[in-house]
Amino acid sequence: MSESLVPVVPSGTTHPPEADLPPQSAPPTSTGQRADQGPAAGPLSAQRVIPLRHPGRWITSAVALVLVAQIVHGLATNPFYQWDRFQYWFARPVITDGLWITLEVTAYSAVLGLLGGVVLALARLSRSPVLRAISWVYVWLFRSVPLIVVLLFLYNFSALYRTLSLGVPFGPAFWHFDESKLATDMVIAVIGLSLNEAAYAAEVVRAGILSVDQGQHEAAAALGLPKRYQFTRIVFPQALRAIVPSYVNQLIGLVKGTSLVFYVSLLDLFGSVQSMGSTYPGDIVPLLLVATVWYVILTSVISVVQFYVERYYSRGALRTLPPTPLQRLRAGLPNLIARVRRETAS
Amino acid sequence: MSILNTEARPGEEAEDTAPVAVEVRGVHKWYGTHRVLDGVDLTVAPGEVTVILGPSGSGKSTLLRVINHLEQPQLGHVSLGGEPIGVRWHRGRLRELSERQILAQRSRIGFVFQNFNLFPHLTVLDNVAAAPVATGRLRKPEAQELARDLLGRVGLAEKVAAFPRQLSGGQQQRVAIARALALRPGVILFDEPTSALDPELVGEVLAVIKDLAAGGTTLLIVTHEIGFAREVADRVVFMDGGRILEQGSPAEVLDHPQHPRTREFLSKVL
Repeated sequence: MSESLVPVVPSGTTHPPEADLPPQSAPPTSTGQRADQGPAAGPLSAQRVIPLRHPGRWITSAVALVLVAQIVHGLATNPFYQWDRFQYWFARPVITDGLWITLEVTAYSAVLGLLGGVVLALARLSRSPVLRAISWVYVWLFRSVPLIVVLLFLYNFSALYRTLSLGVPFGPAFWHFDESKLATDMVIAVIGLSLNEAAYAAEVVRAGILSVDQGQHEAAAALGLPKRYQFTRIVFPQALRAIVPSYVNQLIGLVKGTSLVFYVSLLDLFGSVQSMGSTYPGDIVPLLLVATVWYVILTSVISVVQFYVERYYSRGALRTLPPTPLQRLRAGLPNLIARVRRETAS
Repeated sequence: MSILNTEARPGEEAEDTAPVAVEVRGVHKWYGTHRVLDGVDLTVAPGEVTVILGPSGSGKSTLLRVINHLEQPQLGHVSLGGEPIGVRWHRGRLRELSERQILAQRSRIGFVFQNFNLFPHLTVLDNVAAAPVATGRLRKPEAQELARDLLGRVGLAEKVAAFPRQLSGGQQQRVAIARALALRPGVILFDEPTSALDPELVGEVLAVIKDLAAGGTTLLIVTHEIGFAREVADRVVFMDGGRILEQGSPAEVLDHPQHPRTREFLSKVL
């Protein structure tokens, strides 16, 4: 159909170059050739514009596809990766136990870290200079000290403080805890990661709260809404729109950060892979692939959840919600097919 | 008895929304060396409609914000229906009220912002119904019924499920007025309610305010709509440089301004 829009210049006739312009500017030709031009003879406003062709784009895409295919082929056929061993290890109980520990540590630290982050952010935004300073120093300290150092410090903590007591500060104590019993490896790992996570989450939450328009605070105050309601129902839900993407980033860092708990003798996913690797040195590569694939799966799940959480918190902020990937695929597939057909036909 | 003194109880609708008097006494407000309010005295009778005119930076908006204690004056005080706002007398001295008490006072003063400041993440219905529930005056179904009723009154009955950003500016401002009304305030403060609107949309908002004026609520309106002032105001106040230069009936202030500054301002605006 689109071909018929191109003014056809019959071979043999010697037209000046202007003949390639829209037909209005073309000099009148003999009546016999006129019939071939079809709709091209119509007014300019009624004509479809032929889209610009992008051959370079198609070529680079094809080259990229070939490269990707080579990499995939190499992954599949190179014996170095030992895919049979990968299959053997992938869902072994020793690996899934480690995976479970990774999930547990991540979940606890993510929740505690976010709660700590909210508290620190509120302290940082409070009117008390003391709270502001403490919050600042905390964030400064835990962002400065590497996570591994925090974990190893906590691991040796029971040597520094043998018992913990609950009571009047600097005064009498009412409860005593034996620290070595209280602090299991799991507890140490979760505390270490949470302390670290809270420092980063504090900044993420603070940025989110600052992103809420001042008018929202004023409107909430002018209506006389109780303080807690102002924060939990008006300000924080709006802040979450800015918090979610950054916090998920943080969360993905945390998932991978859990691989450090191996150093406080907790056998997480990476820890299990590491210990199996030293028992079966020949399987190191497939074991690393097992860990890689599991981490990729975890990150993918988090990314999908992120999409829907973000969509939920953008209610009202956008006039219409963006389509989900599935909706987009359903709407986009016929379009894509039609386009490919059009491009290949011409 | 003023509504400010009635302690609202849950489930009991505060129907006695008698309009209240507003008194501003010797209010000074400054930021550093910049004087925003320079000794303002204003008395508004219950049910009176007062329009405040003046060039930008004259302190009109700050005056409204001092009245509902969004800003604290350094000197002077405001009282509504005889009750001081934000402070109380205690052993012969003025003491600041607790945050909770200030919020309770504010919930009895309606405030309509220039930029609407609706809560974008809540539906129109929830915007209006939120405050009566949060302040413990109504239970949710009653608040929603009240919200539907008020949204009907401002002509937005069919928009209850929409989100604010799906509405036009004029519609948003009408929702904001309904939101202020949901607390059954004895006085409503309007801070340039039509300044952010397209000229075409100004009329619908002014019509709603006119209705309120006819209903006998005490209104304080900062606006640049001189025609509107002439139509609804019982009194027009002209401010400049943080002072009230002139006040009186619309006929007096708008048609026969005494102060040269008022004359100059009106000649530019009219």
